[in-house]
Amino acid sequence: MNKVLLSGNEAIARGTYEAGALVACAYPGTPSTEILENMTRYKEVNSSWAPNEKVALEVGIGACFGGARALVSMKHVGVNVAADPLFTLTYTGVRGGLVLVTADDPELHSSQNEQDNRNFAKFAKMPMFEPADSQDALDYTKLAFEVSEQFDTPVFLRSTTRISHSKSVVTLGARPDHIPTPSLERNPAKLVMLPGNARKRHYDVEERILKLEEWGCSQSFNRVEKGKGEVGVITAGVSYQYVKEVLPDADVLKLGMIYPLPKQLIRDFAAKYTTLYVVEELDPFIEEQVLAMGIAVIGKAKIPICGELTPGRLAKELFGTELPDESATLKLPQRPPNMCPGCPHRGVFMELNRAKAFVAGDIGCYTLGFMPPLSAMDTCVCMGASIGNATGISKVLSEEDQRKVVAVIGDSTFLHTGINGLMDMVYNNSTATVIILDNRITAMTGRQENPASGYTLDNNPAFRVDLEQLCRAVGVKHVRSIDPYNIALTRKTLREEMARPEVSVIITTRPCVLVPRDNLERRPSLYVDHDACTGCKACLRLGCPAIAWDETSQKSNIDKIICVGCKVCQQTCGFNAFKEIEA
Amino acid sequence: MKTTNILIAGVGGQGILLASEVLSEVCLMAGLDVKKNEIHGMSQRGGSVVSHVRYGEKVYSSIIPEGEVDIIFSFELMETCRYLPLLRKNGRVVVNDWKIAPPSVALGKQSYPENLIATIAQQFPLTTVVDGLTLALETGNAKTVNSVLLGALSNILDFDHEMWLTALKKMVPEKLVDINLQAFAAGRGING
Ligand SMILES: Cc1ncc(C[n+]2csc(CCOP(=O)(O)OP(=O)(O)O)c2C)c(N)n1
Repeated sequence: MNKVLLSGNEAIARGTYEAGALVACAYPGTPSTEILENMTRYKEVNSSWAPNEKVALEVGIGACFGGARALVSMKHVGVNVAADPLFTLTYTGVRGGLVLVTADDPELHSSQNEQDNRNFAKFAKMPMFEPADSQDALDYTKLAFEVSEQFDTPVFLRSTTRISHSKSVVTLGARPDHIPTPSLERNPAKLVMLPGNARKRHYDVEERILKLEEWGCSQSFNRVEKGKGEVGVITAGVSYQYVKEVLPDADVLKLGMIYPLPKQLIRDFAAKYTTLYVVEELDPFIEEQVLAMGIAVIGKAKIPICGELTPGRLAKELFGTELPDESATLKLPQRPPNMCPGCPHRGVFMELNRAKAFVAGDIGCYTLGFMPPLSAMDTCVCMGASIGNATGISKVLSEEDQRKVVAVIGDSTFLHTGINGLMDMVYNNSTATVIILDNRITAMTGRQENPASGYTLDNNPAFRVDLEQLCRAVGVKHVRSIDPYNIALTRKTLREEMARPEVSVIITTRPCVLVPRDNLERRPSLYVDHDACTGCKACLRLGCPAIAWDETSQKSNIDKIICVGCKVCQQTCGFNAFKEIEA
Repeated sequence: MKTTNILIAGVGGQGILLASEVLSEVCLMAGLDVKKNEIHGMSQRGGSVVSHVRYGEKVYSSIIPEGEVDIIFSFELMETCRYLPLLRKNGRVVVNDWKIAPPSVALGKQSYPENLIATIAQQFPLTTVVDGLTLALETGNAKTVNSVLLGALSNILDFDHEMWLTALKKMVPEKLVDINLQAFAAGRGING
């Protein structure tokens, strides 16, 4: 047997391959990103990054209309962006199978909210599978493709951070020998959702969910695991694993398909116990449906809605078992994430802080500009929000305050959903300043390509969107590209454009320091000449991880191993203390 | 067979993920059930990083139940202390004698806590301190610290020496295999 260790995300990629899919499309987002990154191993599948989740889903839908199996993946908030096509896709149904992965993030390890996307299954009336480990992730991916075609519906596969990023043992299978050849096939009654057609399809949607519910009662992915017969637990996904740790003797109904619920199976199971728990993270999604069936269960009365579960947390909520006392460790200095040494965003935020700008922020590595000592971000809502937020707040401010408003947005985020906001800014005469932090990559999620990076997912050269021309094309008259390693120029440009009572865009053009192809030039590390350093601490305002204050000498020091020689610190020093180490 | 729980701690960029990959691969080779878990994303930007590895006959949760950690395997001193409450009584610690200043310390706002090794060893007598960097530099490459540390860890785990070597060869980039094997041997050579 071919046993390997795979993460949930690797297993989903493998399952997609084994299901005979021909297309995979996504926009990156933690914890979903590695699914598409792993698809590049499977050359039989055409895999690509889309500029945003809506486009990713629309591409997947197109492929499925052509008769191919298609996988689309995204993080939980990505489904908000893709919701528009999704809610009508459930009406059209599919031709080739379509599986949409939503990777949720209980505990907000890397997200701006903790939404429970199981609610999307109910809202969009679409079946949803939830794996409990990597083997499930592989099996359910294949299963989801089959169910998609059997019931003529798109199918959700829901993962969470602990499934996507945990590795467990998986047995691999093979890709089918025969894969149907895609073709053009017209079917307007099914594919053209004008009111007359869609009205009829709505009946099909409702009927289909009822059929799936009944079918799910007899399928092995919804299974009962016998314990000692005293306590019953209904659970799914990663919570199942915690139940097995904490309640080893309980009878467990493990649900593989969590929407629609197998009602008869649940009724039969529930009838056997006086004590019945529903153990699930986040919303009372299963619990409310079981309660609505008139069955008494213990769920959110004990288990919190906020945050993720762990074995210890579950034991505490169920039995009052104390968690270890961590109060002593809370006194240790915290270690929050920071921009890398040489990050091109750093100097820009130092200058935004100096200019006392009101910074309408966005999501990316640059959101770390919020952290002290840079402390230059005042809002952060969702991807692309910075520009619209800046427009809106400018509308209600005095002329003097309007000048302080600056939107900052990364290249990937700008192309994701920022460009629409910029169109609005020009169209409706806003006066705010926009900074596009173009580091030529989608850095936050681990450096994925995007339409402005010049490469595709499989590392082939691609046309690189010309951001300057794009801004001009929507009507921005003042577009200036600057090197953010040049602090004097950054400061001057920022001052001039903030003062301008018109829309202006500043594009910073230094690539991310972690992308080798964009950092071929050798830059020597710097050191601090302690004879020149006066200990004024001006350089510490950068918060660069390579610069540290030395208590003994009361001067700054540079860690030459991590310094990449960007020389931004040199420009903050009034005493010429930062010098190059000779090669 | 009881499940063994190892918590690997350190700072983003130190090679913790590779170390946990190698360890998990060894468990798989030994024919055991194994799960590992870590958080990617924000934490990789120089923040605290932690990886859980669990192995045995059958492993359910990939998160180690709180208070049931058998071994803390740590790449940085202060990070070790962050997770001590999760370690079981008489648990073991393998710690790299290395300090990385967190931002508040680098900015001169807080001091790096003192006497950490003594604090750790007092609570947990089964503590092994490894001078990872010095041993790594003897191989000529500072980046082999994680292999040195794995060598030290291998002393207290019940896996064949050969399996470690096979796993390292499989997981490490080809041109770095030799120095990593050398680093592993150096770590294995120290006395637990
Ligand atoms: C709708 C949505 N999709 C994906 C993400 C995950 N995500 C956060 S920031 C980001 C892009 C960051 O790239 P960029 O704007 O270029 O900034 P950088 O990190 O490179 O500085 C992504 C994909 C998200 N938060 N929301």
